[in-house]
This record gives sequence, structure tokens and C-alpha cells, in this order.
Amino acid sequence: MTKVYSKKNDMLLMVIFTIVVLTMPIWLAPIGAGYPDLVQKFAIYGIFAIGFNILFGLTGYLSFGHAAFLGVGSYTAVWCFKLLSMNVIPAVLFGVLTSGVLAFLIGYVALRRSGIYFSILTLAFAQMCYNLAYSVLTPITNGETGLSLVKDDPRFLDGMLGVQVVEGLPSTSLFGLKMSGYPGFYFCAVLLIIAFFIALKLNRSPFGMMLKAVKSNQNRMNFTGLNTKPYTLAAFVISGMYAGLAGALLAVTDPLAGAERMQWTASGEVVLMTILGGAGTLIGPVLGAGLIKYFENIFSAFNESTLHSIFAFLPDWVEGGVVWSVSHFVGEGWHLTLGAMFMIIIIFLPGGLVEGANKIKSWVMNRNSKTSDDSGGSGAAPQTSSVE
Amino acid sequence: MDAFVLQIFNGLDKGAAYALIALGLTLIFGTLGVVNFAHGALFMLGAFCSVTVQKLLNFSKKVKDETITFFDAYKEQPYLEIWFGDMGTAIIDYSVPISIFIAIPIMLLIGLAMERGLIKHFYKRAHADQILVTFGLAIVIQELVKANFGANPIPVPAPDVVSGSAAIGVLFGLGESVVYPWWRIIYLFFSLSVIGAVFAFLQLTTFGMVVRAGMQDRETVGLLGIDIDRRFTIVFGLAAVVAGLAGVMYVPVLPPDYHMGMDFLVLSFVVVVVGGMGSLEGAVAAGFLLGILQSFASMNEVKSILPGIDQIIIYLVAVIILLIRPRGLMGRKGVMED
Repeated sequence: MTKVYSKKNDMLLMVIFTIVVLTMPIWLAPIGAGYPDLVQKFAIYGIFAIGFNILFGLTGYLSFGHAAFLGVGSYTAVWCFKLLSMNVIPAVLFGVLTSGVLAFLIGYVALRRSGIYFSILTLAFAQMCYNLAYSVLTPITNGETGLSLVKDDPRFLDGMLGVQVVEGLPSTSLFGLKMSGYPGFYFCAVLLIIAFFIALKLNRSPFGMMLKAVKSNQNRMNFTGLNTKPYTLAAFVISGMYAGLAGALLAVTDPLAGAERMQWTASGEVVLMTILGGAGTLIGPVLGAGLIKYFENIFSAFNESTLHSIFAFLPDWVEGGVVWSVSHFVGEGWHLTLGAMFMIIIIFLPGGLVEGANKIKSWVMNRNSKTSDDSGGSGAAPQTSSVE
Repeated sequence: MDAFVLQIFNGLDKGAAYALIALGLTLIFGTLGVVNFAHGALFMLGAFCSVTVQKLLNFSKKVKDETITFFDAYKEQPYLEIWFGDMGTAIIDYSVPISIFIAIPIMLLIGLAMERGLIKHFYKRAHADQILVTFGLAIVIQELVKANFGANPIPVPAPDVVSGSAAIGVLFGLGESVVYPWWRIIYLFFSLSVIGAVFAFLQLTTFGMVVRAGMQDRETVGLLGIDIDRRFTIVFGLAAVVAGLAGVMYVPVLPPDYHMGMDFLVLSFVVVVVGGMGSLEGAVAAGFLLGILQSFASMNEVKSILPGIDQIIIYLVAVIILLIRPRGLMGRKGVMED
């Protein structure tokens, strides 16, 4: 199976992606997701998942500790808001930088092993960061309360540049443009598009080829006398930086940071996003992130009374049972749905939605080519994959 | 010196829990080659067996309180007390030891169902898939428990007789002041006997011999006409029972809540990695070792020199071990070394 990537197709993909992302508030409005808070989340978690996919999708190394980088990105960004400036540029830069450094340190140790060991090691490191954030590092992380802005933070850069002090808590801004609501979304969206572009370029580059080679057979790579460690480490650091960027953006849209962002469930969530969309594909992780966040939003909003109104058409005795069983999966029980979805996807569709779409596509094509040309020979399914 | 002995004891009972979970993890990995991220959930299910038994035994009815005569007062009285009198009270008091007998068949069934229903289909899939599907299962179990029992820890008392503390100081010639809860001592001996039973089962019975042979070379054992798959299924059930028992007995030490499984799982994985993947002795030794190290690190004297060391000591040790001796303390050459 050979795949030909033409520059033209990539260009087209980029253009479509850009348009789709930027018009998200418009076309998501009919399904009740066209408001800034949610589309911001789509963009931010899209970045997170793209970054995770650079590691997992390309090299096959399954990290269970990516939430640590997300959390560190958030903490750094909030500290930048506190110490330097309410401008988002330094916050984003420092957030990416610190999580990159952390990723380098963790990756250097964790990448000495592969397979299960790597997963366990990253999980252990993430739990370690989480524990530290709750205990010893409380002066930095503010423990359980979480880190937030206070009125008399120093903000040295703002002081030097003579930015006007406003009444009450200042909000994050990009050179005066407030980073809440739609401007916040467009800031995240532009970064998402850039992140996607970099991931695309990485995917097509010799470096990306090397990572894919590591995934398909690392031993063979080692036998040819090539040291794969620098490549995997680079991939780990890059994906850590993506996670840091996502974390910083979370702080940009809402200047708070708490340790629960670093919990293992958060790491599991990004794994699920990537797998749901399709690991190793370009568009899959973004798709997965969007779907998960959308369903999270919809499902956690449900409560008994909305359920009763939804199932009102059923006879009373059926309705009671249905509402009772469904209520475990919505609202507080959203995580149950998440876990169940996790299992179902991995059991039945390990390649994710993109693979599912490709299967359907090739099945349809197959049928078409069979009916249109009975001479045989050319009836084989054309191996097309539009986005990979 | 007093504090020193106490910390060793403190570490031993936590280490015993780690060792039991890690033992099960290693058994499953050694036989089936599957990394079970749901093993912590099994530990938690064991703990909640205890909670359920306690709740069932305390099933009570409102009766009139005869001691209060001014007005009609009612109190809850467990049915067992009504039916059997003092005997019933004693049964309720011993709810935790009783739950052991109930937990064994339940955990065995859960283990067998899990292997037949889910894990079986994942032998030929990538390790990443195995990790992910068991991880999903762990979330599901955890959330179901949360939905049924709530998010708060549920205290379950140990029997009255052993709720006090033992003056272990006298045993070591340290004076009366060194005391230690009876229940934790019981837990330690209980885990040691479970560990001993598992090893005896593997070393002394024919079944165990076949299982050990299967761990060495599954294919050859299969070629000899032995249904190795069925035995491995039973081993999975056994591992579930071991994790469950660890949970049942741990309840009086730590009131169970829905996320205790994951908390213990991460540490147990580290234990397995430190002990050496696939080595049962390594898992047990590393469990106790890390438990003791952790309790030493939480001494105030140590914490004042290295703040926060108690939170990260286990991970630090794991990192150092992996850097110096990547296959773990007792890992065999060639078993999962990459």
C-alpha cells in the first residue's frame, strides 16, 4: 500500500481545515455548540490531541502522562499573568517552554524503555507531578484551591510598559484585545491552524518518516545502526510542548489553574480523543477532541427532568426504567459514558472514526466498481484515504 | 529507635497491599501476557465487598426504644440482633472477616467473567490496545461504584476485639509506649499467608506446575495436549481473588472510596517494574521494600531535610532502578526487557 502525498492535496486540506475551523461558530450553532466557551474548548483540546498524536500516532509510544504537561502549561501561564503581564504572548511562550523542558526531562528517562514500561513510567511521572502539585509545591500551585489571579499581583512588564491599571481583576488580552468570548476563540483557532500545519509538515517530513519507521519496527531501525532515541525524544518533547500550549490557552481563556488538570483521567481523556478520531491520522485527533468535548458538554448538562421530558413519549412504566438507567450515564455520570465509549471504540473500531469512514468509503467504492465493470481485474478496492 | 521500628511496621502493612496487587498483576502478565490496568479496580471491588457485607448485616428495623419512657422513641435495630440476640451482634462485629468468605467466590466469578468476556479477545492485539481497554474497564467499574456508593469514603470498623493497639514495644524491648494497631498486624500476617498460599499453589500442585511451565513456554505446553488456556483463565480468576482479598482486609485501615483502586494501581505498577516484570518473588519483595521506604520517607525527620520526599520517593526509586538495572531487581533476562 503506497500513499502518494501531493503538495496540492495538502494545500487543499489546509485550506479546508482553515475554513472549517474559522467558521466553527457558524456551522456549530444549529446543534447548540456555537458559543465561545465551547468552541474555545474544541480548539484547545484539538491542539492537545494533535500533539498527543505526534507521539502516539507516529511513534506508537503510548504516554499516559500527558496531562502533566497540560497542567504545567496552565500553571506557567497563570504565573506569567501574575508576574509579567496580562498580555497572552509571554504566557503562551513560557507555557510552551516550561512544558517542553519538563517533557525533555521526563522523556529522557521514560524513553529508555518502550512498550508497557513506557506507559507505566509516564503514568508514574504524571502522578508524581500531580502529588507534588497538591503537597510540596503548594506555594507555587496553591494546592487544592487552585491558582488564580489576585488584584495586587506585581505584573512587572505591564508596570514597565505603563499599561493602565483597571478596576477589579484585569482580564487577559492580546495588545489590548480582550481574550474572552469570540476574540479568545479566534486566538485559539489561529493557533490550532498553525499547530495543525506544523503537524502536517512533520508528518510529511523525513523526520516524520523516521518516526513512522520506529512505530513499524524499532528493532530493524536499531539494527541498521541508527539511534532512534533522539527522534523519539524529539517527538516526545514536541508533543509535550503542544500539551503545554493547550494548557496555556486554557489559562488564557480562563485564568485559573488547578491540579485536577494533571490527573490520570485527563491523560486518559486525550488518549481517548486521539483513538476515537483515529490515531496516526491527521484530522482524527481534532475530530475526536471536538466530539468528546461536545458530548461532555451535552451529557453533563442533562438531569432527571430533561430526561423525563425526552422520554415522555414512552409509557410511564417504561419511562421510569429508561430514565433511571440513562441517568447513570449523563450529568455526574458522564465519566461512565466516557469509559464505556473508550471500551467500545477499542473493541470494535481500533482505528477510530477515520478508519471507519475509510472502510465505508472503500466498501461503497467496491460495490460501485463491481456493478459498473464486470470484467474483473480492476475490481480491487482503491486504497484511498483522503486525509491521511 | 522507637520511631524506627514503628516505621518498619507502618511500611509493612502498606507494602503488603502493594505486594498482593503486584503479585496478581505479575501473575496475569506472566501467564496471559496482558497488562491489566483494571487490577486496581479489582482491589477496590474487594474493598466494596466488605462494605456491602457490612451494610447487609446491618439491615435494620425500627423498634421502640424501651430505655426511654418519657415519650415514644424509636431506634434502628439490626435484624440479626433481633433474631439471634448477642450472637447476631457478634456476627455484625465480625463483618470484615466474614466478607472474606463472600468475597472469594465473588471475585473469582468477576475475574473469570472478565477474562472470558473481554481479555480473551485481546491476546493477539497490541499491548497498547490491551492497556487501553482495561483502562476503559477500570473507569467503568470505578464510576459504577461511585454511582452506587457515593463519592465519600465509607468507614468499616474492624472487630471490637482487635480495634485496639498491641504493645509491640515489649516484644522488641523498647518499652510500653511503642504500640501498633492490632488490625494492621493481622493484615500483615493475612497477606503473608495469602502470598504463601499462592506460591505453594504454584510450586507444590500439579496445576501450579503446569501453569509455571506455561509461563515458560506456552506453545510447547499446548502441544503436549494440555488445555493451557483454561488454566490461564483460572489463574486470572486467582489473581482477581488475591487483589480482592487485599481490598477486603484493607478496609479497616483505609476507608474505601471509588478512586482507591487507581491510587494503588499506579504504585503497584511501579512495584512490578521495580521488582522485574514477570518475577513473582520480585513483585513481593519490591512491594514490601517500597512500602517501607515510603513510610521512612514520611518521617518528620526525613521530611525536614527533604520536603516532599514522601510523595515522590517511590517514583524516584523506580527511576533509579530503571536507569541502573532496567530489567528490575529480580527480572529474568529476556523477559520484557525492551
